[in-house]
Amino acid sequence: MNPTMDTEPPAAPAAPASGTAAPAAETILSVRGLRAGYAGGAPVLKGVSMDVRARAVTAIIGPSGCGKSTLIRCLNRLHEALPGAFCDGEVLLGGRNVLDWDPVLLRREVGMVFQRPNPFPTMSVFDNVAAGLTLNGERDRVKLAERVETSLRRAALWDEVKDKLRSPGVGLSGGQQQRLCIARALAVEPRVLLMDEPCSALDPIATARIEELLLEIKDQLTVVIVTHNMQQAARVSAHTAFMLSGELVEFGPTQGLFTKPSDKRTEDYITGRFG
Amino acid sequence: MNASVYARRRRVNALMLAATAACAAVSAGVLLGILGYIAWKGASSLSWSFLTELPKPVGETGGGIANSILGSVKVVGLAGLMGIPVGVASGVYLAEYGRTGRFAFCVRYAADVMNGVPSIVIGLFAYALVVMPMKRFSALSGSVALALIMIPIILRNTEEFVRLVPGTIREAALALGVPRWKVAAFVVLPTAGRGIATGALLALSRAAGETAPLIFTAFGNRYWDQGLLGPIATLPHTLYNYAISPYADWHQQAWAAALILMAFMLAVNVAARVWLRPPSTGAL
Ligand SMILES: Nc1ncnc2c1ncn2[C@@H]1O[C@H](COP(=O)(O)OP(=O)(O)OP(=O)(O)O)[C@@H](O)[C@H]1O
Ligand SMILES: [Mg+2]
Repeated sequence: MNPTMDTEPPAAPAAPASGTAAPAAETILSVRGLRAGYAGGAPVLKGVSMDVRARAVTAIIGPSGCGKSTLIRCLNRLHEALPGAFCDGEVLLGGRNVLDWDPVLLRREVGMVFQRPNPFPTMSVFDNVAAGLTLNGERDRVKLAERVETSLRRAALWDEVKDKLRSPGVGLSGGQQQRLCIARALAVEPRVLLMDEPCSALDPIATARIEELLLEIKDQLTVVIVTHNMQQAARVSAHTAFMLSGELVEFGPTQGLFTKPSDKRTEDYITGRFG
Repeated sequence: MNASVYARRRRVNALMLAATAACAAVSAGVLLGILGYIAWKGASSLSWSFLTELPKPVGETGGGIANSILGSVKVVGLAGLMGIPVGVASGVYLAEYGRTGRFAFCVRYAADVMNGVPSIVIGLFAYALVVMPMKRFSALSGSVALALIMIPIILRNTEEFVRLVPGTIREAALALGVPRWKVAAFVVLPTAGRGIATGALLALSRAAGETAPLIFTAFGNRYWDQGLLGPIATLPHTLYNYAISPYADWHQQAWAAALILMAFMLAVNVAARVWLRPPSTGAL
């Protein structure tokens, strides 16, 4: 891992102060000096750098509007799909800058689950999960059926839907729909899964199920999860990043960040003094 | 609030409710009146031979309008084959790719203007475009005229429904690594499918009832048509010819033709609404 360091901004998380930078050896995704913003506005991300560890869950926390969604939407370049949105810096996936990739190919490596469940309304449960494959030309029915089953099992949804694979995906409950969306993202077999507040529209039981499944898949997959729920971050993630107004304030092992934050602003946020 | 004020409000409420119900009854009544009158006038001339036979020569009574029925099916069908793909594709383009920009503005504006152009003018245009160069009246030219009438309706309807598809659906598909055009064609379009299909059916039924654009194009024919490159009879056109003729027998047949036309349009409308009723699933 040898990223070019010229664009390194002052707010680099690798600041040795607490010695908590993610170990470079297992880094899969490394963000370097990422700046991004929306049509006609000042940059919302003002030079963010962080290293995401492979096969682990990394949480991003921070007050509303600090740029968490913007950050993870840059990672699969969905951000640029908005007219006028801009994004520069470096996002290295396996050492190559994804900002130079074809976004379509990138998104097969970096999947995403959204805040609100968004199954395709015209598709059955099966077709929803298979969509990423069928839309990209996969016709092998046996392979599709296998991939749908494994994905639904990984998303802890198989037992609930195995008898209604042909019924509409939107007929499921909200929590089931969200797991359906997770299965849909997993079916493409991405290396990284981005999740933007995946539980914020769900009740505590549905949330608990998703957290459980995260703990189960994390050994095979890299997950970056944005959450407003600090308990959730503490429960599911190995590393946590705290963002504030477009900057990464602190990034390190979750345990350390929540028990001994090295930055005053992190401490204020996690103790509920602001945000 | 004292009882008398409340009683007065209840009276006013009842009065207003009755007034709105009366207005609704008038709107529905006009339709029912037209349908009933046509059915009453037309039913007496309706017979199996009317549906299956060619017109008799002038002066003889009896005969049918089978050639017009078949002609309408052919002309409107061909118009649909031309107009629906163009209208749907351009509507998708406007909603998915051309939300802003000068070109999109011009297309949208042109569609709205075209929607307001009198249909006889569209007929003249098709005459200049197809009939003059080919030097013959034809079913094809009639279909072109009807397609030109259908395109702006379908285009605007398609655009509306495609726009209603939430952005989250597009993002979900994009995030799976699906190319933009496939997202539009295989995710967004089916999601808006029912709305688009309903619009296309209603545009077809509107085209099926047009007379003016066919006068200089399809022209009419008292016999079976000789293919799409020759003149052809159509229901509304035959109806028109019969209605302005001086013969009582033809007037009777015009009523029967009107009945068939109305029945067809009613069937299409009801089919569009029942068969394509929006489901409660978020698909449009
Ligand atoms: N589509 C947009 N157009 C313009 N500005 C935007 C847009 N989306 C977000 N922003 C701005 O960018 C900033 C960061 O937004 P972002 O959605 O990344 O915040 P967030 O940290 O995800 O907040 P939340 O926790 O509420 O989801 C906000 O100040 C917001 O006003
Ligand atoms: Mg957000």
